[in-house]
Amino acid sequence: MKRLFIALAGLTLSASAFANSGHPLPFAFTPDTANLPSVQRGARDYMAYCSGCHSMKHLRYSRIAQDLGIPEDLVKKNLMFTTDKIGDHIISSMPVVQAQQWFGQAPPDLTVETRARGADWVYSYLNSFYVDESRPVGVNNLVLPGASMPHVLWELQGWQVKSEAKAEASHGEAHGTGLELAQPGKLSPEEYKKFTADLTNFMVYAAEPGRAQRVALGPKVILYLLVLTWLFYALKKEFWKDIH
Amino acid sequence: MAIVPNPHKTTGVLGWIDDRFPLTKLWKDHLTEYYAPKNFNFWYYFGSLALLVLVNQLLTGIFLTMHYKPDAAQAWDSVEYIMRDVPWGNVIRYLHSTGASAFFIVVFLHMYRGLLYGSYRKPRELIWVFGMLIFFVLMAEAFCGYVLPWGQMSYWGAQVIISLFGAIPKIGPDIVVWVQGDYIPSDATLNRLFSFHVIMLPFILVGLVVAHLIALHEVGSNNPDGVEIKKHKDPVTKIPLDGIGFHPYYTVKDLVGIGVFLMIFLGVVLFAPDGGGYFIEKPNFIPANPLVTPEHITPAWYFGTFYAILRAIPDKLMGVIGMFGAVLILFALPWLDRSPVKSIRYKGPIFKIALALFTVAFVVLCYLGLQPPSPMGTLLSRIGTFIYFAFFILMPWYSAIDKTKPEPERVTG
Repeated sequence: MKRLFIALAGLTLSASAFANSGHPLPFAFTPDTANLPSVQRGARDYMAYCSGCHSMKHLRYSRIAQDLGIPEDLVKKNLMFTTDKIGDHIISSMPVVQAQQWFGQAPPDLTVETRARGADWVYSYLNSFYVDESRPVGVNNLVLPGASMPHVLWELQGWQVKSEAKAEASHGEAHGTGLELAQPGKLSPEEYKKFTADLTNFMVYAAEPGRAQRVALGPKVILYLLVLTWLFYALKKEFWKDIH
Repeated sequence: MAIVPNPHKTTGVLGWIDDRFPLTKLWKDHLTEYYAPKNFNFWYYFGSLALLVLVNQLLTGIFLTMHYKPDAAQAWDSVEYIMRDVPWGNVIRYLHSTGASAFFIVVFLHMYRGLLYGSYRKPRELIWVFGMLIFFVLMAEAFCGYVLPWGQMSYWGAQVIISLFGAIPKIGPDIVVWVQGDYIPSDATLNRLFSFHVIMLPFILVGLVVAHLIALHEVGSNNPDGVEIKKHKDPVTKIPLDGIGFHPYYTVKDLVGIGVFLMIFLGVVLFAPDGGGYFIEKPNFIPANPLVTPEHITPAWYFGTFYAILRAIPDKLMGVIGMFGAVLILFALPWLDRSPVKSIRYKGPIFKIALALFTVAFVVLCYLGLQPPSPMGTLLSRIGTFIYFAFFILMPWYSAIDKTKPEPERVTG
């Protein structure tokens, strides 16, 4: 019996290990939403660079103010471009029908993007634009080939091109894009990575604003249950004393 | 035998009630004087845990229904509304979504306990049949609930499952339209699945659980030794010598199980509610879109085994029959087992090997059912499907010839 269960446990574990092997992304990213300044910078940068096209229709400005500890008047002054009501959701001003004509499809809502695709994917996407003259917007993306989005952050990152040599070097490896910076932007490569990390952290926060509250509840609940279960166990032992 | 009001002769307020309603009688018959074998082990926690999870699903379901909108245009948004604007809505939703997976985990283990110790054997056939009906309704309930968030996996999962009816010759396509209420899964489909999920199926489910427990308390619980404790009663009190009152002995013991279970369950709910993409799949964070098919349409993990059987059989109609047959054949289990003993403790090597193979086949099929199709996967699925059915179909033969050990007279602790 015991051996059977050990064998079964082994099988189940190996199954779950297999399940995680998908197409490797050029970058791994561990989100850190506890890093409040990073999430705050991400919020600022999202509003400045992304929210023109991408709504977050389930996230309210007031929620950002509350969760990220930003005073409401600062949010109103610096983060709100399309509304003056603090309780409003983040809605881009881009008209959907025209957007479809311009890009082939309307820019998707990004409220839960990191949950649909993963933070790794979003971070990799932001770092994987490269010049491709065959595309209508002049760029392509490694993790979303044929993406219809222009490289909005080109001013910051500069332009990357596909490099034969680098692609050879990174062949078969999980990490590295095989892309080369042909024309630098305003930010150094390290600064740009930090910039996209901030953005991704903000998007991870936006995907479930209640996450911090939920996780913070965890240790208290477990501690309470430990004490309770110990009491239950003592109770059981007491009642079962005379059962042989 | 006439019904005698207040057989326990209580007085005062309780007596007034007992003269009119069998409160004391119910309490004694089902708790304090329901005698359960004293040798229950680890496997016997999962019945009470299933009841706990059922209560969790009913309670959290009430709160989710207060805020959810069963409308194809609003359903997805209303779930995000629950996640954000309802106080602790994210935790309530995760209690419910993780609760569904927990339900299947405890029910699978509960059923496996039955397999190990022959709990389905005479005189407990109807307990098993009621239990299987619960399992069947639970699968329908889980499917309907899975569709409600109206994400991509909800939508395409519904499309795939409902289209299975299309395999029925001649009338199949019409049945699909009838079930969906439309030519594709749509608002009409969502509304009726919502109705099933919150009214019809829970109603049936609770009724079946009551029947399951009444049948259990009529014949008494089995135990890891598979021997009847009612054979040896105290000559004076008529209480089984190996029996102890369910309350307080098993109520306090089950509390320990509940404590440990809640630690694991709430640990998942609060720290990893997606269950690594198995409890809530990533594509379900994209709103339903009838024009875009997701890369891999996978069923929820608890349907993996049955989905793998469906895919293993090349013909669609035969596949559907195989998939439903895999569930239905479990109903026949009490009449397939011809072993002279109930418990695996006294069964012979053939049954142990058969059960081990079946267990591996079940788990491997569950895994394969969630993977994209591949030649190797199809081959393994076919072998697994063969083992799955062979375990049941050959049971009348191998359980009869197996070399069993003698059962003890009394439970062995």
